[in-house]
This record gives sequence, structure tokens and C-alpha cells, in this order.
Amino acid sequence: MKVLVTVKEVAEANDDFAIEGTDIAASDLEYDLNEWDDYAIEAAVQLAEAGIADEVVTVTIGPERTEETIRMALAKGADRAVRVWDEAFEAGFADVAAKVSTFEAVVEDEDPDLILGGVQAADTGFGATGVALAERIGFEHAAVVNALDVDADAGVAHVRRELEGGVEELTDVELPAVLTVQTGLNEPRYASLRGIRQAQRKEIAATDLSDLGLSADDVESALTITSMYEPESESDAELIEGDAGEAAGRLAEVLREKGVDA
Amino acid sequence: MDDVLVVSEHRRGELRDVSHEAVTAGRALADARGGDLHVAVIAGNVERFAEDVNRAGVDAIHTVEHGEEFDHNVYQAAIAALLDQTDAGTVVIPNSVNGLDYAPAVAEAQGLPLVTDAIGIEYDDGLTVTREMYGSKVETTVDVTGDRFVLTIRGGEWAPAEGVGDAPVESVGIDIPESGARVTGFEEVGNGDVDIADADVLVSVGRGIGEEENLELVEELADALGATLSSSRPIVDNGWLPKNRQVGQSGKVVTPDVYIAVGISGAVQHVAGMKGSDTIVAINTDPNAPIFDIADYGIVGDLFDVVPELIDQFA
Repeated sequence: MKVLVTVKEVAEANDDFAIEGTDIAASDLEYDLNEWDDYAIEAAVQLAEAGIADEVVTVTIGPERTEETIRMALAKGADRAVRVWDEAFEAGFADVAAKVSTFEAVVEDEDPDLILGGVQAADTGFGATGVALAERIGFEHAAVVNALDVDADAGVAHVRRELEGGVEELTDVELPAVLTVQTGLNEPRYASLRGIRQAQRKEIAATDLSDLGLSADDVESALTITSMYEPESESDAELIEGDAGEAAGRLAEVLREKGVDA
Repeated sequence: MDDVLVVSEHRRGELRDVSHEAVTAGRALADARGGDLHVAVIAGNVERFAEDVNRAGVDAIHTVEHGEEFDHNVYQAAIAALLDQTDAGTVVIPNSVNGLDYAPAVAEAQGLPLVTDAIGIEYDDGLTVTREMYGSKVETTVDVTGDRFVLTIRGGEWAPAEGVGDAPVESVGIDIPESGARVTGFEEVGNGDVDIADADVLVSVGRGIGEEENLELVEELADALGATLSSSRPIVDNGWLPKNRQVGQSGKVVTPDVYIAVGISGAVQHVAGMKGSDTIVAINTDPNAPIFDIADYGIVGDLFDVVPELIDQFA
């Protein structure tokens, strides 16, 4: 079977950052593989190593810059990558439906049996693309999966969904399916030197909307970010000043007042 | 189509608080749109849930009896039917694990824009949503094109609806299509030899600890204070501590006398599990870390400098 992994390069803001217009200044952002997607890649590579998956393909919506992140996924064991970018995406914030339309076209080309992606992206935090994609393409789905056991012969994924409050739901999902993956599902590997070397020779297919039979209208977003600001601190914490020794001394007094070590 | 449909949430026989909060958010939207507020109660003991959710401001309650627990297939079919049968054109759903298992599919099936994890809404000829980005470092306002949409709201951001309502409760029969996803059971996880919810003093460690071998330092602090060791999610994800030590939305909710957060930034999922602590102490290098918003005492500094000094104070 074939596994498609949706991979996003996310931006993380430095501790000190400036806001320019409706986004954080590019110079104050650092880019990395989305943490949740790292678990999705690991799950897919483990399926390949277990002989269940024949091929693991990643798909990313992102500019050329993201190829460094995509290479990381390839170095960890994905076989090849599709990278979709178009100037239409530079116009603004892509909403869930825009991403789904893009992925739908890739799914038509790739015809996967299983699609894995992170529960959410660390930067935008929508947590919606996987489930919306499943609805669009007629796949089954399960969101927030923290255990996965694929029975390829039966065509079923046995999963656990991590609910709030330490309860897990056990669910059987028929393939083809989209699963959104929670952190802690597995232990994502570090890319080996050999993996990094091999990744240099793996294919990253750069694709634009017209290659996918889409136009800018297909990825028009219904959402517009109109402002961005730092939330006002609601803190009324007593900040304990001084060097580490002084601060620890004052904190010890506070803790003893509160009955610690009494 | 100015009416608003709120979907209530329950689990294992209990209506969840976010249902009442969603009623408050939904009522505000319905008022701004000049429409009615409908509430859907789907699966489980629908009569009891309907009575509970029937609070001031609710205009109509629709119950769909089908199974005991959440099943996204049932929820999706029920919501599609209710949007078809009522004047509701807009849907408000809790931004929970289960909410995220069906809200995106509802938006997609209806061809409606979706905004998730709202922490504020304004409606004036159109919806403007306040939501966070970049790991809670910033807030954004997002304008939504069109007058219908699907919105998920974060728990704890709206006051729960109160009072006793007199909305009529109507049972709706729907056809549920065949589904290829079947819930086979539930399991409580994260119980073990230690129950962190019983502790009077918790020393809680987060990502700031960096490496597994550094855990010794916070273990030593917990010993010196006579405290119990707990942690935020990444420590458990890494396998450095067992699940029963995890504080937060997917772990344990704790309310100790004293909670000492060491190297924890204070993501919303973590805060949900410890904000009820009597006294909260935070030690973190980042002065902007959200943990300081709820702390009573804070030290902006390197835990590797502060914690050894603190151990000395109690040695």
C-alpha cells in the first residue's frame, strides 16, 4: 500500500520579535518541520519498514525554501516528495478549503491508501486539514490518533484517539483513510548521515496549480488576517528579582509560608 | 439562514461544560444576526442532556438518539439534517478532540468557511474571529467572507450559559449512512502507582529541562521539598516520565496547594490542567512565556541556575 504524508514547514517566533503588518517580521521567524508531522513521517516509515507500506510520499504546500525541511523527511525514510507552490498562495493566508483543494488534486495523482498528517500545525493551529480532506475525497478518518496498528490484509487501521482527561477511544477505521497524528504516537528518529546522503538523490517534484489542473480560484481563501498583536499580559505575578541565589532564597521563604517543607 | 446551531458535547454520560459556553457564544452570534439559537444534542441520554442544556437564551433544542457515545458519522449526518430542516445556517462547535473529528467535515460538506479555536468573536455584517497563532505568542483577528460559517470555540473563553430556559425539545429522526469507522471501546490511561491529583505540592517539569539526564535535578528538588514530580506533555511524549505524571488537557487536572512549574512555557492545554492550583510558581527564561500570566510568583531565569540554589535552601 501507498502512504501519503502531509508535511508542513512551520514558522516559530523568536523570544523577541516584531510584528510587521499582519505577520511577525520574517527576520524574527525560524522555520522547522512541524512537530506533529514528524510523528506522522515516523509512523509512515515504520509501516514501510514493517513491509506494510510499499511507498511513502510526502506532500508539502510551500515555497522553494521548504525543500530543506522536505529533505529532512526524505532523510528519515520517505521515498519521494511533492512540493506544491504557486504565486496564488503568496496572496495571503490559505484557509482549510484551499489546502484541501490542493491536496485533493495530489491525491488524485498519487492514489494513496492511507494519508497521515499532524493533528495541527504549530504556527497556525487550525487542526482541521486532515478531516476536511477526508470528507472531500471520500476517505474514512480519525482525528488525534496516538496509537496506530495497520492490518493491511483486512484493510483496517486499529487506532486510539486521545480524548481529554486521560481517556482513549479505540476505533477501527477502514482504509482508505486519513489519520491525524498526535505527538507521542512513536519516537521520531533523527536522520542518519546515510539517510541524509540518500535524501540528496531522492525526488522532490516541484508542482504548481496548473500542473495539478487547478487555478488560483480553486485556492481562494475565505479568511483574511486583518490584524496581529501581542496579547496584553494578564500577569499579576510577583516577579522575584535578583541573582539565582537571592531569588531562590526569597522563593524558599514564600514556599515555607505556603506550608512547603513544614 | 440567520439562525445559529450550537452542537453540545458529552462524554461517558456527562454533558461537558464547553456545551454551556458554546450556548453563550452562539447566543451572542444569533443576537448579532437577528436569528434564533438552536442546540443539537446528539447520542447518549439525550433527554437528560437536553434538560441540562436548556438554559436562558436557547430557542430550540433538537435531539438525535443514536448510540451512547460520540461517533463522527452520526454527528455529521445529524448536523446536515438539522441545517436542512431548520433555518440555522451557521454552526458553533466546541474545539475539543471530538469537535475536531467532525467540524472540518461539516464545513467541507456544507461548503462553508471554517475557523477553529476561536477565543473571541465579533459580528457586524460579517464574522471577525480572534484566535492565537505562533504558539500563543500573538493574537490575530480573522475576517470571514460570507455570512455563513462553521466556528469552533476554545473551552474556558466564554462564560457558561445560566438560568432555566423554556426552549421546546424536539426529537429528530435521521438516517445514518453506513460508516467505515467504528468505536470499539474506551480505556482510561495514565493511572499508576502515583496519583499526582492527590499531591499537595507538585514540582512540574517541562521542555526547558532539555535532556532526559537533567531530570535528576528536578527529582532532587521534589525530594527536597517533599513534593511529587509531574510534567507537561513533551516530557511524557519523549518517554522520560510515564503518562500518569502528565498535567494538562489530555493528562490529569490537578489542584495542589503549590504548583511549581519548572521550564514550562504554559501552553493552553497545560494551563487547563493546573490553573486551579492555590499557588502557582513559575521558573522560566522567557519573560513572555504564558505561564507567567497565571503564576502568583515568577522567577525569570535559567532553571539550571535557580533550581540548585533552591535545593540548597531546603537541604
